Amino acid sequence: MAKNQEGMTLIVKTITRLTVGLILLFGIYIVTHGHISPGGGFAGGAIIALSFIHIMLAFGKEVTFKKMNQSVMSFFESVGAIMFITFAILGIGSGYFFLNFMLKGKPFKLFSSGLIPLYNLAICLKVGAGLFIIFVILVLLKTPKKGGEK
Amino acid sequence: MLELQLLLIFMIIGAIIAVKEKDLLSSVIAVGTVGLGLSLVFLILKAPDLAIVQLVVEILVIIILIRATIRRDLPFSTSGRWFFNTLVTFVFIGVFLVFIYLYIKDLPQFGQPIMKIAQRFIAEGLRETGATNLVSSVILDYRAYDTLGEATILFTAVMGVLAVMRKVGRKK
Repeated sequence: MAKNQEGMTLIVKTITRLTVGLILLFGIYIVTHGHISPGGGFAGGAIIALSFIHIMLAFGKEVTFKKMNQSVMSFFESVGAIMFITFAILGIGSGYFFLNFMLKGKPFKLFSSGLIPLYNLAICLKVGAGLFIIFVILVLLKTPKKGGEK
Repeated sequence: MLELQLLLIFMIIGAIIAVKEKDLLSSVIAVGTVGLGLSLVFLILKAPDLAIVQLVVEILVIIILIRATIRRDLPFSTSGRWFFNTLVTFVFIGVFLVFIYLYIKDLPQFGQPIMKIAQRFIAEGLRETGATNLVSSVILDYRAYDTLGEATILFTAVMGVLAVMRKVGRKK
C-alpha cells in the first residue's frame, strides 16, 4: 500500500479491510430481518452507507469511487423510490393504495408478512444511497475548492 | 425510572457543554454524547428500533460534522447585540414553557398505553400483517403514508444538497 498515500495510515487501512465486510453484512442482515427483529430499512440502509463511508475515510475517494460511483448511487436511490411507489400502486389492483396483497406466510419466517420485506429493501436502497450521496457532496467535494491543495 | 433521569441529566449537561465550548471539535463530541444518551434512553424505554436508528444516524452525523467543520473554525459572535438576543431567547423560552404546561396537563400518565389505536395494532397486528416486528408492521403497513413522506423528504434533501453543492455546470 505504499503507492496509495491517500487516506489514513496503514493500521487504519488494515483494520478497515477486516471489518468493513462485517459491517456491510450486518446492514444486510438488519434490512432482511426488518419484519422479524428490531431494525428495518432505515437503520440497515444507514449501516450500509456507513460501511461505504468507512472505506472512504480510510482509503480516500479514489478507491471508493472505483467501487461505487456517484451516478450509480443516484441510480440506486431512484430505484428505491420507484420500487416503493410501485409496490404501493400495485395494491390498487386488489383494493387500495398501500394494500399488503401478497400472502402473509407463517410468522417468524424470513419470507413472511407479504410486501413488508420488499418495502424494507426499497427504503434501504433509498436511505443508504441518499445518505452516502449527502456525505460525499457535503464533505469531500467542497474541501479541495475551499482550502486549495491540502 | 432513576436511570432514565440520570441519563437525562447527563444529556442536559452535554448539551450545555456543547453550546458553551469554544473549541469546535469538543463541541461536536459533546453533541455526540447527547445523541448516544438519547439512544440509551430509547433502549431503556423498550424501543430497540429507535435505539438502532438513533445510534447509527448519530454516528453518521458526527462523522459528517467532524469532516465538514474541522477546518473552518467559526468563532462565536458573543459581542454586539447580546442583550437583545438574550431577551428574545428568554421570551421564547417563557412562551414555550407556558404552552407546554397547558399541553402536558391533558396528557395521560407516562408509560400508560391507553390509546385505542395502539391497542388495535398490538392485538391485531400479527394476524393482519404477518410481521412479528410490530414497529415494522406499523410503519410499513398501517402508516405507510408516513414512510412515503419520509422517503420524499430524504429525496428532496439529497436533491437540495446536490443543487447547492454541485460542481458540474458551475464555472470555476
